[in-house]
Amino acid sequence: MTEIWDGLTKAVQLLISLDPAVMEVAGRSLTISATACLLASLICIPLGSLIHFHHFRGKRVLINIIQTLFSVPTVLVGLFLLVLLSRSGPLGELRLLFTPTAMVIGQMILITPLLLGLTISALSGVSKEIADTATSLGASGSQAIRLVLKEARYAVLAAVMLGFARAISEVGCALMVGGNIRGATRVITTVISLEAGKGNLELAIALGMILLLLALIINIVLNRLQQR
Amino acid sequence: MKVIAPRIALIVLVLTLLVTVLGCSGQTEPEVLRVATTTSLYDTGLWDYLEDIFEDRYDADLQIQAKGTGIALELGMNGDVDVVTVHDPLKEAAFVAGGYALNATVDGNSTARVTWAYNYFIIVGPASDPAGVGSLTGSLAPEEAFQKIQQEGALDPDTVRFVSRGDESGTHGKEKAIWASAGYNYTEDIVGNGTADGWYIEAGTGMGATLVMADELMAYTLTDKGTFLAYQGDLDLVPLVETGDIMLNVYTAMICTNGVNPGMAQNLVTFLRAPEIQALIAGYGVPEYGEPLFYPWDPEICGLP
Repeated sequence: MTEIWDGLTKAVQLLISLDPAVMEVAGRSLTISATACLLASLICIPLGSLIHFHHFRGKRVLINIIQTLFSVPTVLVGLFLLVLLSRSGPLGELRLLFTPTAMVIGQMILITPLLLGLTISALSGVSKEIADTATSLGASGSQAIRLVLKEARYAVLAAVMLGFARAISEVGCALMVGGNIRGATRVITTVISLEAGKGNLELAIALGMILLLLALIINIVLNRLQQR
Repeated sequence: MKVIAPRIALIVLVLTLLVTVLGCSGQTEPEVLRVATTTSLYDTGLWDYLEDIFEDRYDADLQIQAKGTGIALELGMNGDVDVVTVHDPLKEAAFVAGGYALNATVDGNSTARVTWAYNYFIIVGPASDPAGVGSLTGSLAPEEAFQKIQQEGALDPDTVRFVSRGDESGTHGKEKAIWASAGYNYTEDIVGNGTADGWYIEAGTGMGATLVMADELMAYTLTDKGTFLAYQGDLDLVPLVETGDIMLNVYTAMICTNGVNPGMAQNLVTFLRAPEIQALIAGYGVPEYGEPLFYPWDPEICGLP
């Protein structure tokens, strides 16, 4: 049990001393996951809206599939990408395996269902009467859609935050397609797994605390944005 | 009816989970023995092979975790496992000196560090061998190969690269020993400059994953021969340096002082050194790979007792 307390102390030490190795890894975690989350959001929010506002055959089935994929195991995404990006795989020519780009792609795949599904839920959560009232007051179709999107913005932002949280906290995919290479693809979660493997439990716990601190800062910033 | 169906489904789900949980705790179980083993003994399938035989013989439930030597010893210190099987002489000595290992009895002798099998480390790399280490032979071949890799890598890091375990495992310990024996300061010359130059790649992962990475990057790496043979079918890497005094890899077992089942732990140690089990270890993998993955205990190579 002393490890947890020692881990806390160690986390404070590492933060105060701005330990260069820790800062580098934390910065990389943030960059990779933020990029993945941003790119996935740019795809998923419009696509989710498209699915919500259109009625087509199999819509319920599609939404069911998307929601099922919320549970896709991170190692499965990693495995899939590993096979795809391997030197002997179909996309091996791109030489992307064991690069940060591969990690971004992995995290995008991982959180895409989450962002899509929650965007659809967010839009469904807006009372149907709002759009109906707007239309009856003479709003055009696109004006009504914009109104619904505006009403749903808090829930959409919550979806983005959840997507980011899943991206920055995952280790299975990062380990498989990143490879945990020092100075290249090493992020906080893969270092935690490495240091725990070495038996450096305090350092592993300290790094976990730093990851949570990073998440806290991001949540505060996003919440500020939301209150505007 | 619309409301009832999901409720029934929920009740069935909860009941199923409940029955599963109760079912697990309700049985009388054989004695549990927890073992933390270095990944090389596990990735080769040796432990899977020996597990059933041991369990039948002693009515035990052998629970094996494949870990790097670092965490395996940590688990042993904390008493989370009863036995550790590792391959890092320096760390093992520290473990014994710290009082974390109980004396075991083998062949009538008492010892804390029980050696029970060995094989050799080898340097593997791409068949093109851009650093030209394949022609090296003799007792200092590993050191000379590391020097060539360092020199060629610094000149052309896109062509000559080395993937290191970088995880404080026994294999990583051996790699550091070779760099030191080859005249380098590991932290500065290799990790520092090598990483900056881009030829030294610290993977921070297990042996299997490191081999896959070296294969993908067409790089050199140090591996125990057993894991390499077990993975060879999926790799383009070839063995390049197989000689050298420093390459000896001895596996040991230690009974943990803080473990909960020292009696069964002694049984495991006795088992590993029993002549018929030694014969199984010597023959393990020969049908699949054409040569043994491990050699049985030999007092002249592994030391007594």
